[in-house]
Amino acid sequence: MNIHEYQAKEILKRYGVSVPQGQVAATPEEAKAAAIKLGGGICVVKAQIHAGGRGKAGGVKLARNPEDAEQKAREIIGKNLVTHQTGPEGRQVRRVLVEQGLSIDRELYLAMVLDRAQSRVSVICSSEGGVEIEEVAEKNPEKILKESIDPVIGLAGFQCRRLAYALGIPNELVGKMAGVMQALYRAFDESDCSIAEINPLIITNEGQVMALDAKMNFDSNALFRHKDIVALRDLNEEDPREIEASEYELSYISLDGDIACMVNGAGLAMATMDIIKLYGGEPANFLDVGGGASKEKVAQAFKILLADPRVRGVLINIFGGIMRCDVLAQGIVDAARELSIQVPLVVRMEGTNVDQGKKILADSGLAVIPAATMAEAAEKIVAAVKAK
Amino acid sequence: MAILVDKETRVLTQGITGATGQFHTKACKEYGTQMVAGVTPGKGGNRYEEIPIFDTVVRAVTETGANASVIYVPPPFAADAIMEAADAGIPLIICITEGVPVRDMVRVKRYLDGKGSQLLGPNCPGVITPGECKIGIMPGHIHRQGTVGVVSRSGTLTYEAVDQLTRLGLGQSSCVGIGGDPVHGFEFVDVLELFNRDPGTEAVVMIGEIGGTAEEEAAVWISTNMKKPVVGFIAGQTAPPGKRMGHAGAIISGGKGTAHEKIEALKRAGIRMSASPATIGRTMQEALAKS
Repeated sequence: MNIHEYQAKEILKRYGVSVPQGQVAATPEEAKAAAIKLGGGICVVKAQIHAGGRGKAGGVKLARNPEDAEQKAREIIGKNLVTHQTGPEGRQVRRVLVEQGLSIDRELYLAMVLDRAQSRVSVICSSEGGVEIEEVAEKNPEKILKESIDPVIGLAGFQCRRLAYALGIPNELVGKMAGVMQALYRAFDESDCSIAEINPLIITNEGQVMALDAKMNFDSNALFRHKDIVALRDLNEEDPREIEASEYELSYISLDGDIACMVNGAGLAMATMDIIKLYGGEPANFLDVGGGASKEKVAQAFKILLADPRVRGVLINIFGGIMRCDVLAQGIVDAARELSIQVPLVVRMEGTNVDQGKKILADSGLAVIPAATMAEAAEKIVAAVKAK
Repeated sequence: MAILVDKETRVLTQGITGATGQFHTKACKEYGTQMVAGVTPGKGGNRYEEIPIFDTVVRAVTETGANASVIYVPPPFAADAIMEAADAGIPLIICITEGVPVRDMVRVKRYLDGKGSQLLGPNCPGVITPGECKIGIMPGHIHRQGTVGVVSRSGTLTYEAVDQLTRLGLGQSSCVGIGGDPVHGFEFVDVLELFNRDPGTEAVVMIGEIGGTAEEEAAVWISTNMKKPVVGFIAGQTAPPGKRMGHAGAIISGGKGTAHEKIEALKRAGIRMSASPATIGRTMQEALAKS
């Protein structure tokens, strides 16, 4: 789960990380009021969307005074911002963060991230702040410093000092830097983050260490124990179909193609998308109905798939383990009847009670195209969609 | 022969009184697995399908000699269940549960350091040695006893591969699901090592997916150590970056963990790759014919 920059900063502030003074605004008038509250001087107006690259896309603007802040907010709010992370359709900006202007001496990079190879959280930092860390990783990997964190003791002071010295932090700021690193780790750990990134972490001309930007993503497996974080969710930033699917415990991801698929199991679902492409088609989505698909769940899955106007065919690929093929077949028949599906439907089933399942489909009178193997299923759906 | 489990393995079920625990304990027992105990705190003294239930894992081990545990406990309590099993000295712990927080698993792995337990999962279908022992949720009837080892991050995609192998007359020595989570127990390398040393395994099918670097690490290990042919398939060539594709660990992050990278790494290590999920069995057949 993602949150906005202004929300991440509020969380970090509670952990003792210094953040610029600022206020979120939903209208140009609110932006002007915020700028006045900040002292009326130079401020920055920043688009709040769940994507990076806002600066390059014109979503971060300097304002000289409150009237200018109002004007800049007017230019940003309501606009569709297209960054390298939003995809070509972009994201509509609904809020801006109005922040005090600061005099920046240095920009650094600081993040906490899971290191899967070590099964530990790592702190990553770099003297190259304010740029894409992936670029740094490619061009100057030696500038990326890492420390692995033992979950029992947390991020140790000596580890922070090691990093600070390597970054060339002056002695009088090492303590502050260590404090920020440890605070970021505590925030990451206690909030069940999947990533917590400060880019850039700045040192101001006055010797303050501050998070100029903040990004926090949360482990969706842990949200059950963070109701306060769930409350920060911005549904406007998410695909409505994905939201609906998750409400029915379906795992759904929208893609660009026109062949929808419904599968049980994430690996098999990915493999089904792959084989559709292999046979010359384009998958419209990833959809995992999971292990316990009832008739209701199947119907719900169909509704979500067919709500996509681009869909010109549906492929159902089920390998029944606990899920029985006859139960699934009945679910498909009932749902298809209820929804009166107009596009070609290929069903491939294998596993428990497959013969009963095939019989149910055959006897249903529905125009279901059966397939025995995944290859046959992919071949048939691609052909059926092309034929239309 | 086989790896990890056989007809002597004595299995206890943690979370035996839940619906999932009950269903699969019964199914495994019907397959022929020795299901000797169950643990649900507070329900000790009861029985399920004649299997005695205990309040603690230690008690269950003392009374029944269980030497493997399968966990169906819900996500908020699964990490604790794993640690309880390790504390009780269970050598093989299999966690089926999907949805365990990553932070919990980071701690579990730290806890397991230096203890004698091995962990499979979480978020995995389990392990089966066909004809001898089934621990987990896989459909037993698609498996056949044989000499092909299978190791996979997936559930139903594994069944698809196993079904293809069985239909071609290529039975399986053992099938191991390492699961779809980013922090977990057995890695590909760990299972491949076991298959490499198992006289009953002559070749291995390896099924990976996007996310992380486990397949790449396996490729390095395979090129210097593996004595037997390996056939691979990687799911997710069409997966978009940055999106979690069902499994918590199936995500392309910061440009890393793409299917393409994994396929190339495995090819360089001399592994025969099946380009399609529908030809995994056939690719193994060809590999065995050539070796």
